[in-house]
Amino acid sequence: MSVHEFQEQEYSKKIDFKIWKKVFRYVFSYKKLVATLIFFMFSVALADAIFPQMTQRAIDDFIVPQQMDGIETFIFQFILLILWQATNIFIFIATAGKIEMNLAYDIREEAFLKLQKLSFSYYDRTPNGWIMARMTSDIRRLGEIISWGLVDIIWGLSLMVIIAVFMVIYNWQLALITLAVVPLLALISIYFQKKILEAYRQVRKINSKITGAFSEGISGAVTTKVLVGEEKHLQEFQSITGDMRRNSIRAITFSALFLPIVLTLSSVSMALVVWSGGNRVIAETLTYGTLVLFISYATQYFEPIREVARVIAELQQAQASAERVMSLVNEELDVFDSETVLEKYGTLLDPKRENWEPLEGHIDFKQVTFRYKNGETVLENFDLQVKAGESIALVGETGSGKSTIVNLICRFYEPTEGEICIDGSNYKDRSLSWLHENIGYVLQSPHLFSGTIEENIRFGKLDASMDEIIHAAKLVNAHDFIERFPLGYQTQVGEGGGKLSTGEKQLISFARAVIANPKIFVLDEATSSIDTETEKKIQDAISKVLKGRTSFVIAHRLSTIVNSDRILVIDKGEVIEEGTHDTLMSVKGHYYQLFTNQYKENKLRAMMSD
Amino acid sequence: MEKLKSLWAFMENNRMKYVASMLLMGLSVGFSLMVPVIIQVLVDTFIGQIDPEHFLVASMVQRMGGTEWLRSNLWVGGVMIIIVTIIYGVLMFFANRLSAEASENIAKNMRDNLYNHIQHLDYDTHKNSDSGDLIQRATSDIDTVRRFLAVQFMEVGRAIFMVSIALYVMIQLSWKMTLAAMALTPVIFIFAFVFFLKAQTAFRLSDEAEAEMSTVIQENLSGTRVVRAFSREKYEIDKFKKKNREYTDKTYTLIKYLAYYWSISDFVAFTSIGLVLVSGVYFANLGEITLGGIIVFVQYEYRLLWPIRQMGRILSDLGKAMVAADRIQEIMDKPIEKVSEEEKCPPITGQIVFDNVSFSYPDDLNRKVLNQVSFQVERGQTIGVIGRTGSGKSSLIHLLGRLYDPTEGTILMDGVPIQSIQKKWLRQHIGIVLQEPFLYSKTIRDNINFSNNSSEKAIYEAAKTASIHDVIKSFDQGYDTLVGEKGVTLSGGQKQRLAIARTLINDYPILAFDDSLSAVDTETDIAIRKALSERRQGITSFIISHRVASVYESDWIMVIEDGKVVESGTHDELMEKKGYYHKIWDMQMQTIQALEA
Repeated sequence: MSVHEFQEQEYSKKIDFKIWKKVFRYVFSYKKLVATLIFFMFSVALADAIFPQMTQRAIDDFIVPQQMDGIETFIFQFILLILWQATNIFIFIATAGKIEMNLAYDIREEAFLKLQKLSFSYYDRTPNGWIMARMTSDIRRLGEIISWGLVDIIWGLSLMVIIAVFMVIYNWQLALITLAVVPLLALISIYFQKKILEAYRQVRKINSKITGAFSEGISGAVTTKVLVGEEKHLQEFQSITGDMRRNSIRAITFSALFLPIVLTLSSVSMALVVWSGGNRVIAETLTYGTLVLFISYATQYFEPIREVARVIAELQQAQASAERVMSLVNEELDVFDSETVLEKYGTLLDPKRENWEPLEGHIDFKQVTFRYKNGETVLENFDLQVKAGESIALVGETGSGKSTIVNLICRFYEPTEGEICIDGSNYKDRSLSWLHENIGYVLQSPHLFSGTIEENIRFGKLDASMDEIIHAAKLVNAHDFIERFPLGYQTQVGEGGGKLSTGEKQLISFARAVIANPKIFVLDEATSSIDTETEKKIQDAISKVLKGRTSFVIAHRLSTIVNSDRILVIDKGEVIEEGTHDTLMSVKGHYYQLFTNQYKENKLRAMMSD
Repeated sequence: MEKLKSLWAFMENNRMKYVASMLLMGLSVGFSLMVPVIIQVLVDTFIGQIDPEHFLVASMVQRMGGTEWLRSNLWVGGVMIIIVTIIYGVLMFFANRLSAEASENIAKNMRDNLYNHIQHLDYDTHKNSDSGDLIQRATSDIDTVRRFLAVQFMEVGRAIFMVSIALYVMIQLSWKMTLAAMALTPVIFIFAFVFFLKAQTAFRLSDEAEAEMSTVIQENLSGTRVVRAFSREKYEIDKFKKKNREYTDKTYTLIKYLAYYWSISDFVAFTSIGLVLVSGVYFANLGEITLGGIIVFVQYEYRLLWPIRQMGRILSDLGKAMVAADRIQEIMDKPIEKVSEEEKCPPITGQIVFDNVSFSYPDDLNRKVLNQVSFQVERGQTIGVIGRTGSGKSSLIHLLGRLYDPTEGTILMDGVPIQSIQKKWLRQHIGIVLQEPFLYSKTIRDNINFSNNSSEKAIYEAAKTASIHDVIKSFDQGYDTLVGEKGVTLSGGQKQRLAIARTLINDYPILAFDDSLSAVDTETDIAIRKALSERRQGITSFIISHRVASVYESDWIMVIEDGKVVESGTHDELMEKKGYYHKIWDMQMQTIQALEA
């Protein structure tokens, strides 16, 4: 039974350094870029703090004394300052961008590699949508937060320190007065940034609900019509959009509240400067320029605080992304090749084909027990011997264990106990690639990849010539319909093969399996409806494909069952009957029941009409 | 202008909120620009003891106790700064809050209307539209419009207020310096505008590359079994690496463009500030401006540069909002199912007449999907319909439920022409099970009990009849199991059975199964049909199938070929005829007969 409840894990709120350490492993390979970034962010902050000083100098050197000597030097320095800052800005954006994209690239690649190795028990319990979200938005988010978060934190902290230092140098008493509100400012900023992010997170959650509702409303439109459910659905939808409105307004209200509060605080700081600094100007212990400089610094101080507070809040949010991505990357494999096997037969990416033994196709289940991770037993002490070239039909109800047997043969799962031998030796002593290159597999619901028909058939044998491809297509009766397309073999099949009919997809997936010329063939037959003609073609294709190969068919088509060398009737993980069609019919047991139940009425009718 | 019209129409009922919000915004900008003026007065008059030129400022100073008193009480200036800032902040808060309410109301209305409209679109429109595109319009296009109304519209308003008020004050102080201060602002504005217009291509390329990469991942995930079984991991990894690289490179190119943009536009912006400083020095030397005046200029310049840059960007984005609004409007303009006043709700018992009914799809009027079909069904009869894929058999059901109306001929329900019956009423009396059933991502219970008015017992019974009760019970959460991504993945046959249960729970006088047992194995098919025939006493039912085994027990059978009823009668009659029905029968029974021999 392919039923697995998937529970999204709940993640902690505290900053977890263990997780970030894992993430920073990736950052480490870009130390030089990171060093460059840190250097230039400091440089940006320094220039930012120097700009108000230029105003101060203009006032004190030229405006107040009403003279223009030395203005050329001033202009020259100003131009240098701008050029310096423009360069800083270019370099820091380009560098941060490079770090961001490279990090995401690396993490994504590692995760993808992992996905190629994870066993099917992982796929069984993890919805594709979940993995997709990790691979796209979460990884993108990690790249962003690490590089741009670094930018904002370094810039923010440097600017605060630099401004504070400058202020102390100019006038330490005034500096203290100006900075008096900073602690309060920082606390309020952190509080609000957290609230704002949380509120927007809620908004995003509801937004994905809206997307889901739209998608359901669109793909289920006809069903809704037929069931007259339009009003019911509109009401449900309106309650989601109502939620959206309430939460969005709430989020905007938080941000709208934050700015005035912060502005008021910095105006207090400015007022203090004006009052105390103004008095010093009157007493002539402070220049006009310095007073204006302190006023500028008082306003300038608020932005870095806000940015740092925002990054801290975002880090907490991004931690969930980090945890999810790392949980994927660090997921333990349950089906893998041992060190000795890897050494002899090569890895997935670098197979040593020269050491591979030829596969003949004897398969032996020895006391195989298989349990899901949740403890549910599917097979117990299961024995089965299959000779090379024998065709086996597996018959039984959904959930009887047929699929598990097939998955075990393919080593998509491994036995919990016991062993499976191929040509006499435990298949764990050979590599996964060795086995898979010798297995042909056709699925109940055929899966094609976007690209042309030719590419899809070639998937079975990457170096196949066009002749071989056409030959394979002819063998499975696919050639005719392919040729009927204006573009023939170059026809695009669309995403997931969506532009072809189910029958066409099935025939192509047969061609793909045939061209691989596997020793073992596994077929999970479709039950879905196909018109009678295509049905015949497929039956014909199947019989050709199975010829001379060890084959396992989860069978639904009568002809396939009848033509197989041996039928296994599976119930609750056990072979309750086995034999050819004729022997099983004569035993008049389960198979007979199953078979006659299905066809008794038909037969009676057929007899009567003759 | 047409385009602006749809945006304008979306704003209905919320326009006053926008006006109020804009007014508050204007006022708040005015107050925010007062702070530098207060500093100017402080520096020039309080400290520098220059008499203010502007009569308003002069009278204020006079009223507050005169220059001398203020000079020894500088805190008054400080307090004014705080008060003005608070007023500015409060006004801004309400402006933002009001615009949020307005734009969220609009977004809600747009979403609700669109959703409702989509639900009521013709079946034909649905069949011919790309659902991905529809979802895109319903989500990201609406969001583009919302963002435009909530953020960009307000920002443009703010920028206009800011530039006008600042210009007014600056010209009052010195028109010559105003020229120097504003000299480069058109450059900044145009640069931003042109840059973001051009950068749209780079943004698009990056988005497309990301979409391509996602497709590779998506297909790899859904095809894992195929990849593994063919040992094509390396092939897939190489394919992925290529797309990952492309996406990374294209996005990095975009970021580099942005790096150019920011460094150049910052360069121009700082140059502009330099111009203010140098011209300030020059005019102060000539005695044409005071120190306080220069401070106002410098502070205004810093405040103006950002909104001007943003305005360039927003205007370059304006096209997107228009296109988005247009794309939403396009859906809204598609015809919905007509409801006419004259339609009635007559009693429907299950007596049906097809009189010379022909039907063609609106987009292909030359091809008759159904061609002069006539037959009569009495209440309680079971009619089997058999034919090849594409023979037109499903169209019969579509016509029954008025998903389409016939192009010629009439369909009568208890003697009443179907076109004069309300669609809703009609569908409430016909239980249609579609070929490809759709289940909602709710619990199994909620899926079966779609109309929320059945007892637990009735739900179980319907599920039992559809042979799905035991399957449901085998799930950990039974009837409370969620269907779909977040819950259980059902097989095609299980879905069909749930859909049947969902239909059976209501007492329809007419049932129609559109090949809805195709994914169910033969044994279950028989079980379901048995259970059904016990239940459906007095119910008229249509069973459409490609399997003879599913229809042969019907009261009578129609064979449809190329839109025409080529044969009809009971199973025995049709077998006698040795026509098309006989042929299909033979073909499907061949294997069994061979076995029998």
